[in-house]
Amino acid sequence: MIDRRSLIKHSGAAIAALGAGMTSPSLRAFAATAALPFENGERPLVKYPQKRPMIGLTSRPPQLETPFSVFNANVITPNDAFFVRYHLADIPLNIDPDTFSVEIKGKVDKPMKISLAEIKKMPAIDIVAVNQCSGNSRGFFNPRVAGGQLGNGAMGNARWKGVPLKAILDKAGIQRDAHQVTFNGMDGPVTDKTPDFVKALDIDHARDGEVMLAYSMNGADLPVLNGFPLRLVVPGHFGTYWVKHLNEITVIDNVFDGFWMKTAYRIPDNDCNCVEPGTAPKATIPINRFKVRSFITSAADGAKLKAGAQITLKGIAFDGGKGIKDVAVSTDGGKTWAQASLGKDLGKYSFREWQMLVRLAAGAHELKVRATSNGGETQPMEPLWNGAGYLRNVVETVRVTAA
Amino acid sequence: MKQSTLAALTLTCLAGLMVGICGPGPTEAGAKPVSYKLPNETATFKPGPNLEVVQSNCTACHSVDYVQTQPRGPKFKEDFWRAEVTKMIKVYGAPIDEADVGKIVDYLAQTY
Repeated sequence: MIDRRSLIKHSGAAIAALGAGMTSPSLRAFAATAALPFENGERPLVKYPQKRPMIGLTSRPPQLETPFSVFNANVITPNDAFFVRYHLADIPLNIDPDTFSVEIKGKVDKPMKISLAEIKKMPAIDIVAVNQCSGNSRGFFNPRVAGGQLGNGAMGNARWKGVPLKAILDKAGIQRDAHQVTFNGMDGPVTDKTPDFVKALDIDHARDGEVMLAYSMNGADLPVLNGFPLRLVVPGHFGTYWVKHLNEITVIDNVFDGFWMKTAYRIPDNDCNCVEPGTAPKATIPINRFKVRSFITSAADGAKLKAGAQITLKGIAFDGGKGIKDVAVSTDGGKTWAQASLGKDLGKYSFREWQMLVRLAAGAHELKVRATSNGGETQPMEPLWNGAGYLRNVVETVRVTAA
Repeated sequence: MKQSTLAALTLTCLAGLMVGICGPGPTEAGAKPVSYKLPNETATFKPGPNLEVVQSNCTACHSVDYVQTQPRGPKFKEDFWRAEVTKMIKVYGAPIDEADVGKIVDYLAQTY
């Protein structure tokens, strides 16, 4: 906590030193706002360093949502448009990559600290993977639930480059009784009473060769708010596991019982991971893989399209790591469906683009899109509910008028 | 975990502060210390009863927009806000005096 206080003092002094009358562009308030399509969904558009104007959910700690039009313009989400989610307000604002290191400890033969420079010298892998917040789309839950009231923009798709966690763990030598691995980053709470944000993966998952310590995102350093200089990437899994500013890895011989695993980020332990709206589950498990989702990105709700003309509908689909098998589109509210054509395959963890040519008669139309994964999983026509507002993956509907 | 070696701001970073950041360029090559300047908070609490109690307790750990953006309506009044305040105390360890809990819940239920 002392570090934090001295930091605030330092930055205060620095700003004062800039002199009166000099205003940082990043501090200028943006007058623009965004309206998420649910009650109390008005949000400011905010400008942060390294980011384009984003939908501001909270400012301390910062939580920024990607404007949805970004997903129509890019299958790879640009770094400056990638969503931001923190839990605790003491976030690192001064980071020196030259002195940054990751500590590996616990049930390992050789506890060690590995510098960022050493990590960058190790054989690298890269993978295109979606990161999605567990509570993405929470604002659409009915009945509504407490928590971050997000639209559909707490997701993004990037090419991550780094070293497999397995290679790091092998360097340290995992002991025979290892059961889980925990991950902690530089961000922390403002009071010691608040549980620090620490997450855990089972040892086999941690060693699958795909879970990665990433130092690069779309060919550039990670933006500060996305975890600079190093973050965990857990392909196919919700963003809660993608620990930012990662600097502490601990191998343990039991199941981690920290708050952010044992109490928070839990989903109902049943086939649908859902319950009757307004009720509590009998048992829960930690949230894990994404459920299959798809979106129409080329037409927004309420759009006016040209009647009788050939229109290209396009969008994206993704799932928890099997890859997308097909995408079906309906222009009549779900009565009939047609197959969309799929775009380039960037890997099983990536957004998959789709498109379809349609002609709409004059009048109102309900457009729907439904993806099916290679594992046979598809999207429900009616939304599933859980009290935490996680895992939304209902078939999306876009209402348009052709004239 | 906090890094004990957090870099202090240096004079060379002051120019960078004017655009909110100094340090890495758009490539992977940069290895200079990074200082990041968050924009100022703009959300403020609406006037209401016990505002000063709410102000001093809630904003110690988070910005006002955490409150502002929650669902509204008849189902999100006293019970909802009492559950939220209780969560802040029991789960997140917020040091809120027992005597203040009712005041905070009243403000939130009446104002939002």
